[in-house]
Amino acid sequence: MRDKTLLELSRALAAKEFSCLELTQAYLKQIETRNPILNAFISVTKELALETASAADTRRAKGEALPLLGIPISHKDILCTQGVKTTCGSKILHNFIAPYSATVVKRFEQAGMILLGKTNLDEFAMGSSNENSFYGPVKNPWDMERVPGGSSGGSAVAVAARMTPAATGTDTGGSIRQPAALTNTTGLKPTYGRVSRFGLVAFASSLDQAGPITATAEDAALLMNVMAGFDEKDSTSVDIPVPDYTQDLSKALKGKVIGIPKIFFKDLEPTMALRIEAVISAYQKMGAVVKDIDLPNVSFSVPVYYVIAPAECSSNLARYDGVRFGYRAKAPKDLYDLYTRTRAEGFGPEVKRRIMIGTYVLSSGYYDAYYLKAQKVRQLIRQDFQKAFETVDIILGPTTPTPAFKLGDKIQDPISMYLSDIYTIAVNLAGLPAISIPAGFIGHLPVGVQMIANYFKEDRLLNFAHQYQQVTDWHKKRPKETS
Amino acid sequence: MDDAEVKKISDLARLAVSENDLPLYRTQLSNIVHFVEKIASAETGGISPMAHPVSSALRMREDCITEGDERERFQSIAPSVEAGFYLVPQVIP
Amino acid sequence: MNKWEPVIGLEVHVQLLTRSKLFSGASTQYGAAPNTQACAVDLGFPGVLPVLNQAAVRMAVKLGVAIGAEINKRSIFARKNYFYPDLPKGYQISQYEHPIVKGGFLEIMFEGESKRIGITRAHLEEDAGKSVHEDFHGSSGIDLNRAGTPLLEIVSEPDLRSAKEAVAYLKALHTLVRYLAICDGNMQEGSFRCDANVSIRREGDKKLGTRTEIKNVNSFRFVEKAIDYEIKRQSEVLESGGVVVQETRLYDSDQNETRPMRGKEEAHDYRYFPDPDLLPLELDEVFIQSVKTSLPELPGDRRKRFMSDYQLKFYDAEFLTESRELADFYEKAVLTAKGEAKLTANWIMGDLSAALNKSNVDITKSLVSPEALGDLVARIVDGTISGKIAKTVFEALWSGEGSVDEIIQKRNLKQVTEPSAIEAILDKVIQDNPKLWQSLKGGEEKLFGFFVGQVMKASRGRADPEQVNKLLKKRL
Repeated sequence: MRDKTLLELSRALAAKEFSCLELTQAYLKQIETRNPILNAFISVTKELALETASAADTRRAKGEALPLLGIPISHKDILCTQGVKTTCGSKILHNFIAPYSATVVKRFEQAGMILLGKTNLDEFAMGSSNENSFYGPVKNPWDMERVPGGSSGGSAVAVAARMTPAATGTDTGGSIRQPAALTNTTGLKPTYGRVSRFGLVAFASSLDQAGPITATAEDAALLMNVMAGFDEKDSTSVDIPVPDYTQDLSKALKGKVIGIPKIFFKDLEPTMALRIEAVISAYQKMGAVVKDIDLPNVSFSVPVYYVIAPAECSSNLARYDGVRFGYRAKAPKDLYDLYTRTRAEGFGPEVKRRIMIGTYVLSSGYYDAYYLKAQKVRQLIRQDFQKAFETVDIILGPTTPTPAFKLGDKIQDPISMYLSDIYTIAVNLAGLPAISIPAGFIGHLPVGVQMIANYFKEDRLLNFAHQYQQVTDWHKKRPKETS
Repeated sequence: MDDAEVKKISDLARLAVSENDLPLYRTQLSNIVHFVEKIASAETGGISPMAHPVSSALRMREDCITEGDERERFQSIAPSVEAGFYLVPQVIP
Repeated sequence: MNKWEPVIGLEVHVQLLTRSKLFSGASTQYGAAPNTQACAVDLGFPGVLPVLNQAAVRMAVKLGVAIGAEINKRSIFARKNYFYPDLPKGYQISQYEHPIVKGGFLEIMFEGESKRIGITRAHLEEDAGKSVHEDFHGSSGIDLNRAGTPLLEIVSEPDLRSAKEAVAYLKALHTLVRYLAICDGNMQEGSFRCDANVSIRREGDKKLGTRTEIKNVNSFRFVEKAIDYEIKRQSEVLESGGVVVQETRLYDSDQNETRPMRGKEEAHDYRYFPDPDLLPLELDEVFIQSVKTSLPELPGDRRKRFMSDYQLKFYDAEFLTESRELADFYEKAVLTAKGEAKLTANWIMGDLSAALNKSNVDITKSLVSPEALGDLVARIVDGTISGKIAKTVFEALWSGEGSVDEIIQKRNLKQVTEPSAIEAILDKVIQDNPKLWQSLKGGEEKLFGFFVGQVMKASRGRADPEQVNKLLKKRL
């Protein structure tokens, strides 16, 4: 039963093939077996899960027909869950139990889904390998010596190794799409403003967005039906109607125009390029038309991102001072010592680096050359995309430059790590929606294809993704359960 | 970036950096700063800066009290409190 | 001897009279138990987000419109980053490059002349919490109830030329914000706080001198004293060949001096940048117009109207328009006083003010209603009671003995005017003082006053003094 899609689970529960409790127990059992090796979860909420699963059975018996009622889900440990620890993968929040839940978390509760646990991540979502977690790295189930990607590595691995049928992630520069690509899962980063950020612990507020990580595009559509929507508690949340994301999944792609940005293929390894070209021809067979496009300023994405994201992060993370919650340094000799030691002891190296870079680019004398300049280039990047979408329906390219790299390979070299998000970052800068879906394998390692659509066109992304998954079965491949 | 600059930044960011760690920070931060300096070559004349991906205006709420006293709940996770106050080492007034 | 010209600008922090905070739904009520009015947003908890209070925006626009300023159709909230225990997020949300109100002026009357003081800008920002330093055995206690309370920071041009003039401006602003009902003006509770930028230059010089900033001077009297002290200090420094250091200073009212602030002089680098959690604040003409039409009559206009409509002198008009409530009181009283504007003004500025002062309450807590005061004036004018008796009636009114007419009746205070009644009293007084009467008749004119007094006394003040005079003269 653990291999079923959400829709299949929903039907099976409705048909009483098994109970919510049995289903939940099956996933909890898988977590017990696989998590000690993979380290995808920071917290497992077993008691709570069993309790809510039984309650869901009762509700179903009474005739409640919510489609996702009684189906388990796992949340990235950066989404606040009232009463359950939210660590953000950091020592500084090792004991933080939020007195409120994120809007996203609440919406899944209201949909009747069962929380299995909180998934591992790079500290405060800063990283592309999941090695920056205070709770240890997550292993890629396709190759235990390799990273699962990050920062939503725990969620991606939990889905890939079937410890959970679906999970939430957050994406600031590729943190949903990159781990999805490296673990053979489907990851959707919605349009900025489509999903509430309330209760999502901020890394870079103008870039962060939560989204689903699932086995299929159809599952992603089902989760989006729950997650998406206006929230008055988030001033950047957009108040426009939410479509039924499953509605257009089966729409034909004939005549649709796919934009291929040359820049995404310029330095791409031939083995990767081969996989992406295979995806393109599959779409062409479905009647889609391909068109080369230019995104001239996208080459600036990574440096622009590493000005803007650290700048926002340096300010967002100032609240971790050991005064009101979280870690506090022992026996501070004065206030300054309390601050500097709490933060030095509580944050890991990558977070500290980004706080310092962010502080630097905002500081007096550097603001114009770095922060303001980056904001202007960000505008250019958005304009590039806007221009492209005048003539294409979707933009397609690789999600990552390579398949999963080895643990330890890039951790000493921040810039090489940053460049692993080279294809995903521009999307966050522009605020666009994008999806990564399985696109086959290079050797034993999965790779992903990324599709980007215009603002609020998540339904189009899901349509494209679903159509591809109708003619291929890459997304159905599962890693072997070795130890 | 030199040692003095790293120290200034770590002070502004309230992050203690030991003398031992200074060289590594200096190198890594310098590399990153050097890396992001690439943006200087972008042609941005007449381009307005973009702070938000959303182009709409700020929404406002009605002036209503929606939050009550939750001190007990909030302070149950605080490192140090007394008589309802959060405690910190003496602040020089 | 050098002649120094002071150049002063004021930055006033006005706490806006909203129910809830600038970015959260917690109450702004003053005086609650520590941290009982600080919600997750005010406490800077992880993941929570700010949502702007429309009432605060409306109040800021109100002030902007009242000072003839430009209302920015698009203003930006920025983060001012620094670490301090009373600043839970590690940044204050404020407006920096694009404030909501830009350029305006306040007309003040100073030494009999009207002068326009320029207002550079006014911007919205959130207040910080408070640190308490006593009672925590070497630690400080942090109360974040005030954190997030909406402030409007109003920055004047350096147009003020003396401490007294600065106070005149401050008072005019204090009156204005209370008229607009955007601030309670309570300086003890910190609802109206003032920083002063002071520099001096040689008379005739165009260039400004180095300025110092005096922080948080919280009464009109101390503002005057602190600025005067600072002017004197700077001129002494300059005259002895020194230079003024640009710094922040604190005013110590016990010593009557300003001193450099300790520990605050470390390099400040606030790293302002637009708050990514808050989109640009955009205001349309409809919103601004709706605020404009809701504007009450402003203190300056009302003062002018009082001078023309009620024929009041400047001083009286200024006194009576000092607050909207007082001016309203006056106008209501005049109405029942059948238009006796001057006498009503005298009563408010005299006996009523004294009674309010004695009870230490303001006009809104007056135990005498404006209608009652008007009735009282009307009874003086129609001759029912004398001005002197009226004081007795006023006291009775204040202690709640009933309406003016009830008191006059109950206490039998009606003025005695009929000649026969007065003659009767006069007879009695003459009878009681035969010798003195003879002396008066014998030409000792200074005794005339004594007999008038005796008649008044015997009538318990009710006799019409004019009648008494007339009848007494007749007997002589």
